[in-house]
Amino acid sequence: MWAVIYDGTFEGWLTAEFELYEHGFTDVTIYTEKNYQNHLFGNELPVVSNEHKAGRVWKGLSKKVSANALHQLYQTWLSEIPGIDNTMLRYVQYAFQSASSIETDHSHEAVNTVVQTAKKVHREKHRMEAFVRFQLTKDLLFYAIVEPDFNVLPLISRHFKSRYADQRWMIYDGRRQFGIYYDLDKVDTVQIKFEEGTNNGKDITSQYNDNELMYQQLWKRYFGSVNIASRKNTRLHIQHMPVRYWKYLPEKR
Amino acid sequence: MSDRIQEKLEILADAAKYDVSCSSSGSLRKNENKGLGNSKGMGICHAYTQDGRCVSLLKILLTNVCIYDCAYCVSRRSNDIKRAAFTVQEVVDLTINFYRRNYIEGLFLSSGIFKNADYTMERLVLIAKRLRTEQNFHGYIHLKTIPGASEELLKSAALYADRLSVNVEMPTEKSLHLLAPDKKREDMIKPMLYLKNGIIENREEKKLFKKTPLFAPAGQSTQMVIGATPETDLEILWMANDFYKKMDLKRVYYSGYVPISNDNRLPAIGTPVPMIRENRLYQADWLMRFYGFQVQEIVSPGQPLLDMDVDPKLAWALRNMHLFPVNINVADLSVIMRVPGIGVQSAKKIVASRRFSKLNWDHLKKLGIMVSRARYFITCDSHDFQRKDLSAIQVRQQILAGANTKYAPNFSPQLNLFLSCGQ
Repeated sequence: MWAVIYDGTFEGWLTAEFELYEHGFTDVTIYTEKNYQNHLFGNELPVVSNEHKAGRVWKGLSKKVSANALHQLYQTWLSEIPGIDNTMLRYVQYAFQSASSIETDHSHEAVNTVVQTAKKVHREKHRMEAFVRFQLTKDLLFYAIVEPDFNVLPLISRHFKSRYADQRWMIYDGRRQFGIYYDLDKVDTVQIKFEEGTNNGKDITSQYNDNELMYQQLWKRYFGSVNIASRKNTRLHIQHMPVRYWKYLPEKR
Repeated sequence: MSDRIQEKLEILADAAKYDVSCSSSGSLRKNENKGLGNSKGMGICHAYTQDGRCVSLLKILLTNVCIYDCAYCVSRRSNDIKRAAFTVQEVVDLTINFYRRNYIEGLFLSSGIFKNADYTMERLVLIAKRLRTEQNFHGYIHLKTIPGASEELLKSAALYADRLSVNVEMPTEKSLHLLAPDKKREDMIKPMLYLKNGIIENREEKKLFKKTPLFAPAGQSTQMVIGATPETDLEILWMANDFYKKMDLKRVYYSGYVPISNDNRLPAIGTPVPMIRENRLYQADWLMRFYGFQVQEIVSPGQPLLDMDVDPKLAWALRNMHLFPVNINVADLSVIMRVPGIGVQSAKKIVASRRFSKLNWDHLKKLGIMVSRARYFITCDSHDFQRKDLSAIQVRQQILAGANTKYAPNFSPQLNLFLSCGQ
């Protein structure tokens, strides 16, 4: 039994795959440095992230499964679910063992979990495309804060870039404490130090543009008027708009 | 000024909400020249109302002033309500500012008819035109086609909008005549036909010339009010079938009548909205569009009404027990899709997975199939076959006993009574 320890990044995870194939290990559990506690009955192998090695694993995988399946693996990674790295490891082992692609073998436990997790992450990505609410600031930045269940900012940046091509915008992940920022040219990942009185970016009312509150008010009124009271269906409402997202939605606050 | 806008928005959104369509998918408009917005592929629901409906578009009337007096409509001439009208610029500003904040996918603009059809349609087209040309807006625009509008106006509407729709309102001409005496069926069918031909022509042209402009790229839809008049589901679904097959419509919407009037031609105020029936009609609609069912398999002159207790697919299966059980390890995709408890996606997964190993009950559960329902209709890699020669009635009872209907809290006492007889 081998314990392979990596730094918790996607590149590190791919490097770990490389090393364990290099060493010919089959009976392996992988750990991030953070989660690893000394192994009593086994051997350990720490790995250092390496772009070249990671690239080779990715390329090797791309010969075994489709581009779509590779994307599913990446989405699954972004779920950040504890232990998902080991499920992904079993997926990769199964993929390398087989002559033809295994990505549609839903009866295999790891494949099924990866496909389903990727779907969950995709759903969260789609929700964020829906629930981001930009607030216009005095310096004409469209700012939004979100707290997604999974780390989906890397997945949504393309959508927002192609949609809001003519306005500066920023989407900040309040839970993971980083944002993506579009400067009318490209999207960058950014760390932000918020001014005092903004509760770490959660309440930027003091920075609002003159019209901002009026449009939020209009939106709230609109949201209220489109409801048909005699068809009330709270269960369905909550199913589509889970309560945990409400705090950054002006219409639900 | 903002107070007045707030009030207008409230009145004109309130009047537009009975139009159920809120789809923003299926178009193919890209963002060009660093403009604002795009609308391609998947639609996005940005919010959901408390009745659980998607809010994807800013759905408003340009005005609720109307020269017609249709009994089922809140904006009918004889109804004593507040009237309001937006200016063209107000609609443009609202759309752009909501869109920039990611509140909406675009605009759904309808209107009461003032002066005449062309005069109204012209204003709707003008708004779409301004959004596209002055604001460089590439988001979704759904315009209502005003019955009786001229072909030139329809043409320019189609050049600016993604989707156009004209509501047939009532499933049959007879009901329309009864409730909307000023409206003529042919005025609704004519623009539909014109646009259908325009869309087909445009599609042909596109094959020859790459630069052909978009012409209503998300197609046409329509809506009928159900439960206001005594049509059967047979009539409604045949009508829908015709729209899909002959008119090439993308969607037909069924809007359960919400009682809003004391008119004695209509169900009284307080009558529950026929939500289950509406739901069953949508299920039947899905069976026709995605599951390869023919309308005559779902309803027939002998059985003109959909079963309210069980969904139309299960009802079909129970009528056709001789076709089951199906062996999911060998059956065709089209056959597996017809099994109650298995949807299109699950059916595809089954067909993809069974190449690797024969599937058993455990696999099926993990794939997300509703085994509690499907088990009566399938066999798999297991000797544990569950049907044991049950009759259709027994299967129906067992399934109903195990099901919790999601509508339970919404029933009025009357409906509860009706349901308990069924069980």
